[in-house]
Amino acid sequence: MLKIDSVEKGLVIDHIQAGKAMEIYKYLNLDKMDCSVAIIKNAKSKKLRKKDIIKVENNISMDLTVLGFIDPNITINVIDNGEIIDKINLELPSEITNVVKCKNPRCITSIEQEVSHKFKLTDKENKIYRCIYCDTAYEEN
Amino acid sequence: MLKGRSLIEPKDLSVEELDEVLDLADEIITNPIAFADACKGKVLATLFYEPSTRTRLSFESAMLRLGGSIMGFSSANSSSAAKGESVADTIRTIACYADIAAMRHPKEGAPMIAAMSTDMPVINAGDGGHQHPTQTLTDLLTIRSLKGRLDNFLIGLCGDLKFGRTVHSLIKALSRYNNIKFILISPEELKIPEYIREEILVKNNIEFEEVERLEYVIEKLDVLYMTRVQKERFFNEADYIRLKDSYILNMEKLEKAKKDMTILHPLPRVNEISVEVDNDPRACYFKQAKYGMFVRMALIMKLLGVEI
Repeated sequence: MLKIDSVEKGLVIDHIQAGKAMEIYKYLNLDKMDCSVAIIKNAKSKKLRKKDIIKVENNISMDLTVLGFIDPNITINVIDNGEIIDKINLELPSEITNVVKCKNPRCITSIEQEVSHKFKLTDKENKIYRCIYCDTAYEEN
Repeated sequence: MLKGRSLIEPKDLSVEELDEVLDLADEIITNPIAFADACKGKVLATLFYEPSTRTRLSFESAMLRLGGSIMGFSSANSSSAAKGESVADTIRTIACYADIAAMRHPKEGAPMIAAMSTDMPVINAGDGGHQHPTQTLTDLLTIRSLKGRLDNFLIGLCGDLKFGRTVHSLIKALSRYNNIKFILISPEELKIPEYIREEILVKNNIEFEEVERLEYVIEKLDVLYMTRVQKERFFNEADYIRLKDSYILNMEKLEKAKKDMTILHPLPRVNEISVEVDNDPRACYFKQAKYGMFVRMALIMKLLGVEI
């Protein structure tokens, strides 16, 4: 099995649905961070059969709420001195900004420059987010 | 307190605030002369990125009857939008010249962006197929004035319910009053958007029914709200031909309707209401246009915080 050095201080983002790691890498802007980042794809998992994992060294200050929108089943372990000192439970954020874009061609966000793309959680049970400007529901595909 | 606020969608106003606006409109109707100088020295900007003679003139007439002044444009081509200026920049500039703005825009959410970009009150005068809250105030004032109340009604909404922004706003507003039920009459292609069905009607346990033909349900209705069905909205002509007569209100269909049913229409009417219906006492769509001006007078006063 592929081995990656364990994190001394930082975060381990675990139970990522297999194949989603790069998406999360992008949403968390990890490419812009000056720290070590390890991406493990298709690791064996008892719970998911296959999963992705991201390990981030020396950075625990990033905004992780977006992960709740992507997949609330992701688990986040905060590591210090090589040990888990905290587990962050994710929930669906009530609002997301500049994470996804509205696909309604009649929405003002399709033409207005420099406007924030904001979506509000309007149905927690069915995980429905709607554009705050035009009320169109966000659909992944 | 409505002073300094914007009206982007009906839910920006609580039921109490809606009633406040309607009460002031009633006062203006009773004694319009008393309000002739209420907005003296104030300027309304009408920012119409797409033509709408009716709504724009209603706003302008409202401000002029309050003693205020008006300025603006009536198409995107005659504004800096043609040069590529953003809505946010336009409104920031206009706020230097005007005290309040009414905005019509073909893109959904444009008035919201405007309201977020300035402290000046912004009124949504229609954004794409999305919302039209001052038409809703008009509709509420008309129903309340003619029927004496805003609760315990079975309301039929007929025509293009998909793109008909007046219908969306009216459902949002009326669903907050007691015992309001809806019959939604439209072709399959023009059914109410899912966000209205699920998040306004279903979520709030509002009783509603969706049907294709007006003649099957007209006898039950207290209010019939007609909208235009346009040929170009259909994907094939056969469907249009099959359904087009179902949505033309004529005296024959009206025979089955209640004697005190109220017929409303946001106007302009094309052929969905036969002109023979105009003389029927149930036809209230031209009165509705007049109520629209009075309610806009009341709204402008409330948002500017002026009193007499």
